[in-house]
Order: sequence, then C-alpha cells, then structure tokens
Amino acid sequence: MSAGPAEPPAGVRRIHAVPVRYPGRWVSAVVVLVLAAMAVHALLTNPKFAWPTVGQYLFATPVLRGVGWTLALTVGSMAIAVVLAITLAVMRDSTNPVLRAVAWFYIWFFRGTPIFTQLVFWGLISVLYPRLSLGIPFGPEFWSFSTKDVFTAAVAALIGLALNEAAYLAEIVRAGLESVDRGQQEAAKALGMKDGPILRRIVLPQAMRVIVPPTGNETISMLKTTSLVLAVPFTLDLQFATNAIGNRIFQPVPLLLVAALWYLAITSVLMVGQHYLERYYGRGFDPTRNAGPQRSGRGPRQAAINAARTTPEISTVDDMGRPAGGWG
Amino acid sequence: MNEQRSEGHGPMVELTGVHKFFGEHHVLRGIDVVVPRGSVTVVLGPSGSGKSTALRCVNQLEEIDAGAIHVDGELMGYREGTRRGEPTLFRLHPKAIAAQRAKIGMVFQRFNLFPHMTALGNVVEAQVQVLGRTKSDADTRARAILDQVGLSDRVDFYPAQLSGGQQQRVAIARALAMDPELMLFDEPTSALDPELVGEVLAVMRDLAGSGMTMIVVTHEIGFAREVADQVVFMADGQVVEHGTPEAVLGAPSEQRTRDFLARVL
Ligand SMILES: Nc1ncnc2c1ncn2[C@@H]1O[C@H](COP(=O)(O)OP(=O)(O)OP(=O)(O)O)[C@@H](O)[C@H]1O
Ligand SMILES: [Mg+2]
Repeated sequence: MSAGPAEPPAGVRRIHAVPVRYPGRWVSAVVVLVLAAMAVHALLTNPKFAWPTVGQYLFATPVLRGVGWTLALTVGSMAIAVVLAITLAVMRDSTNPVLRAVAWFYIWFFRGTPIFTQLVFWGLISVLYPRLSLGIPFGPEFWSFSTKDVFTAAVAALIGLALNEAAYLAEIVRAGLESVDRGQQEAAKALGMKDGPILRRIVLPQAMRVIVPPTGNETISMLKTTSLVLAVPFTLDLQFATNAIGNRIFQPVPLLLVAALWYLAITSVLMVGQHYLERYYGRGFDPTRNAGPQRSGRGPRQAAINAARTTPEISTVDDMGRPAGGWG
Repeated sequence: MNEQRSEGHGPMVELTGVHKFFGEHHVLRGIDVVVPRGSVTVVLGPSGSGKSTALRCVNQLEEIDAGAIHVDGELMGYREGTRRGEPTLFRLHPKAIAAQRAKIGMVFQRFNLFPHMTALGNVVEAQVQVLGRTKSDADTRARAILDQVGLSDRVDFYPAQLSGGQQQRVAIARALAMDPELMLFDEPTSALDPELVGEVLAVMRDLAGSGMTMIVVTHEIGFAREVADQVVFMADGQVVEHGTPEAVLGAPSEQRTRDFLARVL
C-alpha cells in the first residue's frame, strides 16, 4: 500500500511470483474495441449526419451563447437550490413546528407539480401580478416595482429551476444530515459549541460525503432540464438555439449533434468537478490515503515516515476489529 | 498539567435528588452525589443502571425531570427566579447551556472524534469556535496538549489513521484544550483492545494527579482503587453505596455491591 516498496533488510528475500493471467480481459477488450470501431465508423460515414455542417455550427456565436446561458442557468440554479435545500433540510429537523410545517409544505408543493407548469407560472408572473410591493401585510406599501422589470425571462427561468430543484435536493441533504453519527453532535455540544457552528463545521462537512454524489447527478440532470425554460419562454439556451438553427437551415440532425456534443462536454467537466469535491469531502474517511495529501508537501513526507515504520504503537487491529496496520 | 483551579467554594459537582424518565422508563430514581473540588469520583454499576445517563445529565446532554445539578455552585440548565411571587425555574436558552457546557470536558466510550479533521484540527476547533481564541493561539495550545498525551508525532493524522488508544488520547486532549474545571469520562477504555487500555489510563492518572476534578464511569477496578477518592456504586437508577475505594471495594456493606464486584473482579 505504500508509495514505493521499501528496500528489504538483508536476509529477507522478496517474493517475485508470476502474476495470475486473465485471458478473458484481453478477449473482452478486443470485442469492445471492434464494436466501438464499428459504431464510430457508422457515425462518421453516414452522410445524413452531415458532419461538415456540425463542424460549421459547433462554434457558431448563437451556439456558444447558448452554451453560456445553459451553463449559467445550471450553475446558478443549482447554487441557489443547494442553499435553499440546506435551509429546508434544517427546517424539517427543527424543534420549531412552524418551520417543520413550512418546509414540509414547500417540498410537497414543488415536488408535486410539474416543472414545466412551474416555469410557465414564473413566466406569467408579471401578467398575474403586474406590480409587487414591499410593505405591511394588508397595510401600507413602502416600495413597489413593476414585476416585468425584475422578473425578466432569465430571472424567471433561474428562479423556476432553482425553487423546483431545492425541493428534491432538500431530501438529499436531509438523508446526508441523518447519515452523520449522533455522537458527532454530542461531542460538539459537550465542547460547548452552539447549533450553528455544529451544523456548519461538524455535521455538514461530514454529510457532504453523502450529499455530493446524488447532487452531482442532479446537476447533470439540471443541465438538460434547462432546455425546458422555453416554457417561460426563455429562448437563449443551448437546446433552443441549436433547434432554431436546425429548423432554419432544414437540417435538424447535425444541429442535434452539435447540442449533444456540447452537453457531453459540459457533463464531462462537471464530472471532473464532482470527482474533486468527493475527494475533498472524503478526507479522513479513507484510511488508505495518507494524512493531508491535499495540502502542500505533507503527503509524500508522511508516506515516507509511515513506510519507514519508525513511529511506535501501530496496532494490527483497530477498536472495531478491522485490520489497522499497513496504512503507510 | 493544568494549573488553573476554580476559585469557588463548596463542592465542584452536586447532584440533589435527580430523577430522569425516558418516557415511562424511570431511569434515575433520586440520585444524590457530591464531588469535592480536585477529587476523582469513580462510578461503578451494572449495565443499564443509569451511569451514562447520570453523567450526561451533568453536562445537560439529557434534561433532568426532578432535582437539581450544581456545577461550581451554578445551577445547570435553569435560572432561578420568581413568577407571580412564586419561586420558579426558567429553562436556560441553548446558548447559555452551551456556555455552561464549555466548562465541562467530556470523553466518550466511542471517542467521537471529528473524522474530517486531523488530530490537531480536532483539538483546535472548539477553542476557536467557543473560546474565541485565535487560530495560532489555539494551535500552540493544541500542540502542547497533544504532546502531554504523548501524541506530538500524530498531530497531522486523521482519526481513521490512529489506533483506538491514540484516538481516545486525542479526545482527552480535545476536552482539556478548553481548560475545563471538570472532566467527565464515560467508559473511556471500554472500546479499546486490552493492550491499549494502559496508555489511556496513564493519561487519566496524570490528569488526576494534576488536581483535575473528575467523574469517571469505568469497569477498571484497579484504576478505581488506585486513583479514586470516592467510589459510587449505582444499581437500578439509585446510588446503592458510596465511600472511599477501600470501603466500597474492600468491604462493601450492600449485597448488590458484593454481587457486582464478584462478577467483575
Ligand atoms: N435515549 C434513551 N432513550 C430511552 N431509553 C434510554 C435512553 N438512554 C438510555 N436509556 C435507558 O436508560 C437506562 C440506563 O441507561 P444508561 O446508558 O445510563 O446505563 P449505563 O449504566 O450507562 O449502562 P452501560 O454500563 O451499559 O453503559 C437503560 O435501561 C437504557 O435502556
Ligand atoms: Mg453507559
């Protein structure tokens, strides 16, 4: 498990055995390669896919602008949704029955109605409520504004996506919070920590280990849900932009490919981001990884110390009966 | 080890007629215990007798249903006042309860270290969050205490990379860094392999020697005999017998104590 095998002391002969062969892996690799080659060939040589047209539009201005808007809607709505979801999840576990009821109602409502309908509603809000105002409920108004100045199509799309997503994420966050051992909260309480810091510093960072993977899933799903914003109607996103071009030049297929390639590319980037997030929040949970590898310089040094086994008291079995030695 | 000693007078901890129910289950049935300043009290008793519950009541991890608990002369969990001329208890706000807890260190059977922080991070965290120390002050203090418990070469390890005995010593260091006036131990060695028990007991022995007031729930009779000033024997939610280790362990007057000792010795 250590980074490099230490030089064995004199008199110890390291085993140099012939490793087990797995011919099945080679056979399957060849089969997969052949199938993949056939698929690529079928894609590239079929003139109906019109690859030159794909190339022509892949970096066209409206397409790039669509990519930008789709990314902005995805990242923006997920960011709002995560904050809202954590709030909702905490409210659901609150001792305050009013907060619990509000959170329950929110989740019930936004999960229970179609996202398309919600987006249509947010698009219509300036028609339904032409002026919104701040003031005492049922009393005097202090400040009012024209709804359509604030709820532009982009804002309506962003809020519509975020509010809906928060309801789903709230359940994910709640599962994450519940996955953290009760003893963690008790230990923090016993140290005199207050509820806010306990959540922020102790519980949430550990819950993130459970929260991040399904949230990554939700983000990738959101990437494609953004195409529904035409319900608002918001018409600058990737799906709408490529569709419009495809219809205009009577070649829908290559423009569908343009969109698909971009969605794939963005998904790949998001997956890389998710990988690093998972690694960050997994720190301390995987004893096979050395202390502080994310911090500069300490990783290799620690590995060297461990490999040297000069430090005492490494037990062979930890308190739960799992083998514990050999982390170095 | 720990120079500061509280200025107050009277006992450090006083439980007076403490009752606790879990639903219908009457778990503590009138507990009276007095822990003098700077003394070590070891609590013994069969499983389910309410030892952990009593300990958790002292630092308000559980709310009591009757009686009173005073720590350093201060009533835990409530403010005494009057309402319509009648003396009345007012429940303290969670923030005030948190402040009361900060003076009491607690060590758990299952360590409960924060797994996402290194040993150093575990010891630094509450110093910064609760005591408002600067990062660098907290860091210095944490390293000094980790050194005291023999872990100066383990500061950058995560809990999962430490043995049980090392983890429990980090947990003790984490509590000590808050400069508590009282330390509570709930079976601190019960989750450890036999060969690791000694290193944790050694740290606790040092701590007792430094004058820390301690309440220790344990099945380590040897530790009780050697370190305790007072042994409290509990059964069925009551204190059956208490006194010096010689009296309670050597010449128990109650049959239930004799039965228990016969089983654990
Ligand atoms: N949160 C709880 N809810 C309901 N019952 C509880 C709770 N905590 C403890 N009890 C019950 O209270 C009784 C006393 O428990 P406690 O943990 O204080 O015993 P103990 O003396 O510490 O035992 P052990 O030696 O096994 O740790 C037990 O019957 C237990 O089942
Ligand atoms: Mg117990």
